Amino acid sequence: MKKITKSILAGGMLALSLGFATQANEPTDAVMTIDGVTIPTHVKAPAGSPLPELFSGWVFRSTETQAMQLDDFDNPGMIFVDQAWETWSTPEGSAGKSCADCHGEPESFAGLRAVMPKWNEAAGEVYTLEDYINESRVKYMGADKWKYSGGKMAAMVALISLQSRGDIINVKTDGPAAATWEKGKEIYYTRVGQLDMSCANCHEDNYGVMIRADHLSQGQLNGFPAYRLKNAKLNTAQGRFKGCMKNIRATPYKVGGEEFRALQFYVASRGNGLPIEGPSVRN
Amino acid sequence: MKPYKLALIPASLLAMTSFAFAGEIKADDVVFAEGAVTASLTGVAGDAANGRKVFANRKQGNCLACHVNTDLSEQPFHGEVGPPLDGVAGRWEEAQLRGILVNSKNTFEGSIMPSFYRTTNGARPLKKFDGKTILSAQQVEDVLAYLKTLQEWRVL
Ligand code: HEC
Ligand code: HEC
Repeated sequence: MKKITKSILAGGMLALSLGFATQANEPTDAVMTIDGVTIPTHVKAPAGSPLPELFSGWVFRSTETQAMQLDDFDNPGMIFVDQAWETWSTPEGSAGKSCADCHGEPESFAGLRAVMPKWNEAAGEVYTLEDYINESRVKYMGADKWKYSGGKMAAMVALISLQSRGDIINVKTDGPAAATWEKGKEIYYTRVGQLDMSCANCHEDNYGVMIRADHLSQGQLNGFPAYRLKNAKLNTAQGRFKGCMKNIRATPYKVGGEEFRALQFYVASRGNGLPIEGPSVRN
Repeated sequence: MKPYKLALIPASLLAMTSFAFAGEIKADDVVFAEGAVTASLTGVAGDAANGRKVFANRKQGNCLACHVNTDLSEQPFHGEVGPPLDGVAGRWEEAQLRGILVNSKNTFEGSIMPSFYRTTNGARPLKKFDGKTILSAQQVEDVLAYLKTLQEWRVL
């Protein structure tokens, strides 16, 4: 109830000023340390960013949820990373190959997650990490694609993300990728659903305030995939987009489709400057 | 439905059809004057007690998602996206409040606040909400009656 008292006092003076909400409940300047790696959770925004400063979604979670992410033994997302370790060296498909046959150890992907999604010259489009994984499965293993937002995919993305823990996001948006970036940006700012809101209404205009029981974050992707206590599994970025769209009573775009891939690219780029944390823990 | 056909419908059924709401103003026909709506949407006096329920219900008004309201302090989790609504009746006339509920954007340009009695909202609505208003006309009148009871600032 403390919070409510505070905003009522503020409201008493500011009831007629419409922009006061962002003054309530500003997040703190925390740094997290996981397994000896120190990771900033609040950084300056790069020039041209639509945000004045960048916050990891971790900052907005409860102390208990935060603590789970600080210890790999308490982070339930790590169970899925272990599963992906096994998948990594298990041959599959008509070529009888595993990820390990072509890529050696997962460590060979250090830094990769921080630049994803990125322009794929051969394909002539922007690829997410999910796209690259599925392409490898089909092209080099002769195996079926994984479900874009399914458990196997989320676990493998988590294993690869872990190799970039603490690396600063640097998604390149210029050159041939610019058109996809613009498309993602347009989706981000378009109001959708019966509740008539855009991503920006919540994650740009109102981060830091409570929306009923939830503390609104900037909707960053640095913590993905995210283990959610709510559904007890790893969640992909596009899985989260789908949930947010349904909450505002909008028909989500197709997971793995052009729109959500463009949106993932755009949202990832809004995190340029933040360190990678995945797999994170969220409520 | 043409009026002369009404005679064919048993009276007991009639009470449950939209005919019962004949006095209702349709969402697309609401007349605004500088954001305000003077005429009642239904001609039936609002029920403040029901309005209080609609205000808190997550599937209906869900006003608490964004507004602190001390009168509902028995409910946990009051959002902070909009201003607290304590004493709101002292800040706005009834017609202005009705206008804010029906279509907030006519009062607050570009507001995040949903328009509760409007059929054309954001793009790609989920099918089951397509072309529908968030609240019914009577629910809007009920919430309005409830807002009018929020006269004073209360201290916790
Ligand atoms: C009605 C408000 C609202 C809208 C609109 C909305 N979201 Fe969210 N979103 C939330 C809430 C609440 C959460 C959970 C708390 C948090 O992390 O902000 C969340 C979480 C997220 C997260 C997870 C962040 C993390 O660190 O775990 C991402 C990513 C996200 N949203 C992206 C989007 C995108 C993209 C859109 C538009 C398609 C969108 N959201 C629209 C309310 C919203
Ligand atoms: C998603 C957020 C959100 C929801 C849900 C919401 N509001 Fe609002 N409301 C706002 C914001 C934000 C403002 C301030 C105007 C602005 O900045 O757009 C506002 C302003 C108001 C005002 C004017 C208050 C004043 O003191 O100036 C009233 C009255 C109001 N809302 C009533 C309601 C009622 C009743 C409901 C539910 C039926 C509701 N709101 C649901 C966000 C919301």
